[in-house]
Amino acid sequence: MDVTYLLILLFVGALATYFSGDKLASKVALLFGLASFGLSVYLLILFNAGDDIGFARSWITRPNIAFALKADGLALAMVLLTTALTPIIILSGFGNDFKNAKAIYALILFMSFAMVGTFLAADGLLYYMFWELSLIPIYFIALLWGNGDAEERKKAVVKFFIYTFAGSLFMLVAFVYLYGQAGSLLLEDLYRLNLPDNVQTWIFFAFFLAYAIKIPIIPFHTWQAAVYQKAPTVGTMLLSGIMLKMGLYSVIRWQLPIAPHAAKQYMFTLIGLGIAGVIYGSIVALRQKDLKKLLAYSSLAHVGLIAAGSYTLTIDGLRGAVLQMIAHGFVVVGLFFAAEIIYRRYQTRAIAEMGGIRAQSPKFTSMFMILVLASVALPSTFNFVGEFTVLYSLAQINLSFAIVGGLTIILGAYYMLRMFQHVMLGETNARLFQDVTFSEGLILVLIIGVLFFFGMYPKPINDLITPSLQNILIHINR
Amino acid sequence: MNTLIAIVGLGILCLLFEILNLRKAIIPMTIVGLLGVLGLTVSEFGDTRSFYNNMIIVDKFSMAFSGLFIILTIFIVALSHNFYQNQQSKISDFIAIKIFLLAGAVAMVAFGNLAMFFLGIEILSISLYILAASNRLNLKSNEAGMKYFLLGSFASGIILFGICLIYGAMGTFDVTEISELSGSAELPVWFPIGIILVTIGMLFKVAAVPFHFWAPDVYEGSPTLTTATMSTLVKVVAMATLYKLLTAMKADISPAFQMMIVVVSMASMTVGNIMALKQSNVKRMLAFSGISHAGFMLMTLLSQAIAASSLLYYAAAYALSGIAAFSVILYVCRNRDNEDITNFHGLGKTNPLLAAVLTGALLSMAGIPVFSGFFAKLVLFNQTIQAGYIALIIVAVVNSIISVGYYFKLILAMYTKEPNQERTGTPVLIYSVAVISILLNLAMGLFPSFVMDLLG
Repeated sequence: MDVTYLLILLFVGALATYFSGDKLASKVALLFGLASFGLSVYLLILFNAGDDIGFARSWITRPNIAFALKADGLALAMVLLTTALTPIIILSGFGNDFKNAKAIYALILFMSFAMVGTFLAADGLLYYMFWELSLIPIYFIALLWGNGDAEERKKAVVKFFIYTFAGSLFMLVAFVYLYGQAGSLLLEDLYRLNLPDNVQTWIFFAFFLAYAIKIPIIPFHTWQAAVYQKAPTVGTMLLSGIMLKMGLYSVIRWQLPIAPHAAKQYMFTLIGLGIAGVIYGSIVALRQKDLKKLLAYSSLAHVGLIAAGSYTLTIDGLRGAVLQMIAHGFVVVGLFFAAEIIYRRYQTRAIAEMGGIRAQSPKFTSMFMILVLASVALPSTFNFVGEFTVLYSLAQINLSFAIVGGLTIILGAYYMLRMFQHVMLGETNARLFQDVTFSEGLILVLIIGVLFFFGMYPKPINDLITPSLQNILIHINR
Repeated sequence: MNTLIAIVGLGILCLLFEILNLRKAIIPMTIVGLLGVLGLTVSEFGDTRSFYNNMIIVDKFSMAFSGLFIILTIFIVALSHNFYQNQQSKISDFIAIKIFLLAGAVAMVAFGNLAMFFLGIEILSISLYILAASNRLNLKSNEAGMKYFLLGSFASGIILFGICLIYGAMGTFDVTEISELSGSAELPVWFPIGIILVTIGMLFKVAAVPFHFWAPDVYEGSPTLTTATMSTLVKVVAMATLYKLLTAMKADISPAFQMMIVVVSMASMTVGNIMALKQSNVKRMLAFSGISHAGFMLMTLLSQAIAASSLLYYAAAYALSGIAAFSVILYVCRNRDNEDITNFHGLGKTNPLLAAVLTGALLSMAGIPVFSGFFAKLVLFNQTIQAGYIALIIVAVVNSIISVGYYFKLILAMYTKEPNQERTGTPVLIYSVAVISILLNLAMGLFPSFVMDLLG
């Protein structure tokens, strides 16, 4: 048993969903989503038992490219994040009546296939292919099932595509160059390279362009808010919950160990950029009138902090970044889903038109409250663990980074609670707010459960990721 | 050599069928015949052999490219059935000319003597002039044929002049002897001038900037199937021939010459892409995109010793996606008097299969992974970086980004606009050509080694 089966399962799932017809598609997709989650848990058990679940075959002879998948703790953690969120995202679509449902569910599964591939790939070219492949489904999801004016949406989505594609091409050039140096693109061969400093800088920033656009780190974020707003909620969840983690993961897996000297040289600049994102995202979020846009900017602030954490090049920074990636993945999916629940009832995303929901639906209000608190890193939630570790690592580098970065919690609390107040509290709304349905409630409860469980007991994830992070750190400090 | 004879025989058979009143059998017979020729070519693949006092030299390079040309011609012939539906009485002429065009193409990659090379290029060009003007009641088609003929014969003249200068310098037309001489002695100045003139003539055929001015008008005016032929088959023929000419005569020595190639390559990519951005006629857009692809293929001339397999791969990837794209255009623009992008509105809803094929073809041309267009670019970039042309690669990367802009314009039109017309009928041949060519493209993307290792 190795990880290729997971990829095959997801790919077959996408095909099966497409051919099952519009009526059955959502159920078939959910089934495959759950099956892939089950399979990844099984793979995790095998991995913990010490089995080798990686896979490597030679694929192309010239240039020398291998079909190599490597499953260490870090990759498995990200794979589990993907396969856990995929069924949740599919389930969240049950309340929507998508036109051409077979296509959108197939695209969701296909996208999760590509993302799992990205997390597992251990050969530069294979990695690049999965990385690019994940772009195509989200492009169509956002374009065809999105909301708002079609022309504006088209502009936003095309901008997103061209931005990310442009960034990736520079990464490709870096890979082509690395191939010339190493004679192969296998991860371990690339780790072994000792490039001169000026070349490292060059490679480092070619990678940086691709990742900074994907994550996004300011000033490469301009595509983000519009796309998050225009995409259908399932698309926004895929983007914010998993896809931007591809960028953060790649920083740790590819960028830092391949060009460690450049990483050390530009450490302060990059941490600065990440923290600038925290401040900028928080301040812009304060002024948003659209609920989805507000969440988009809050997401920008959070990922800025995660990026800053990974660029500290300390074990705490890396670990905190990974923990926070997973925590943020769950919480942001929950928040966007809550926004979708409100939209289904009030047909609006404008915060000003909401309010007064609490009296009508106390259950939903409390669940939403918990998600809001989790997103501002209330102790005992998973986000607290992540954010605290990141801030601790920043303090080790320079106390002022930690202080400024810590603003994310304060500012976050301010804009999130203000948003909560305007959306949920106040005089009882004249329009009827129907209570959450079973599947909606189930999703929120599952997410909240995960956030609390790992908030109190983060050890399993910690134990899973730490050895591989330490291994990466050895390569960074070589 | 047998390939060439068989192709010419097939062309003559085509004409005979008309006399014997077997018009309906022409297309099936030609396809079967071409498949037979393809089989013959594959079975003879291998050793280098020469015929008729070195007039023709058959080697792996010429065999592999001949195979590609034959496959492309099969597709084009298959598309002819629907395309010439209203001109059934002339079908044998159209098919026969295409077969002779293929004969010219095969001669062009298998020459051992510059006279043979010129003969090939003239057979190919004259067939094309006829095809370009073949819609004789249409003013635009006439204009296209005339333009192409005037400019094309001018280019042929330049090539001929170049060949004369080479003969003046070397005293022989034989390519092997020329390559022996060009390595050893002090070269007369006529030799590099001749090489440059021949190169310019070929760049005209490839439609590289600044010799591209004929391409958009001719592409737009010609009947769509002829445009498909020109932008897929003829372009890769000309590219392969140029490569073979320069490598066979070992004429890549001077740095100034390489500089010229770099400049032409950059200019072709940039001008082609920027002009394509503004086009609303799909045929014109693909013409400009073809110019930029020519720029990419020219990069192979910078690392001639090793680039044969990457040129083959790039040419195959580009031509297959071109055929797929053009077969969809043929379907969409049947019975229309223009190929405006509005015709494609809503194709994603009315005909998801063909819309998916066209999307795949465009993604391949844009160089998105899994499609072979991606590997083609990758291998090309790899070689060019190793040859040390970083600036060229950066221009190429920027151009790849620009190209996404117009390829996606078409994809957007198919999926986001409302359909504005009903289309009826499912022409089986068009469908199968579209699907088979995109599947071949995809297969090449999944197993690149298969093509890449052909030329050892």
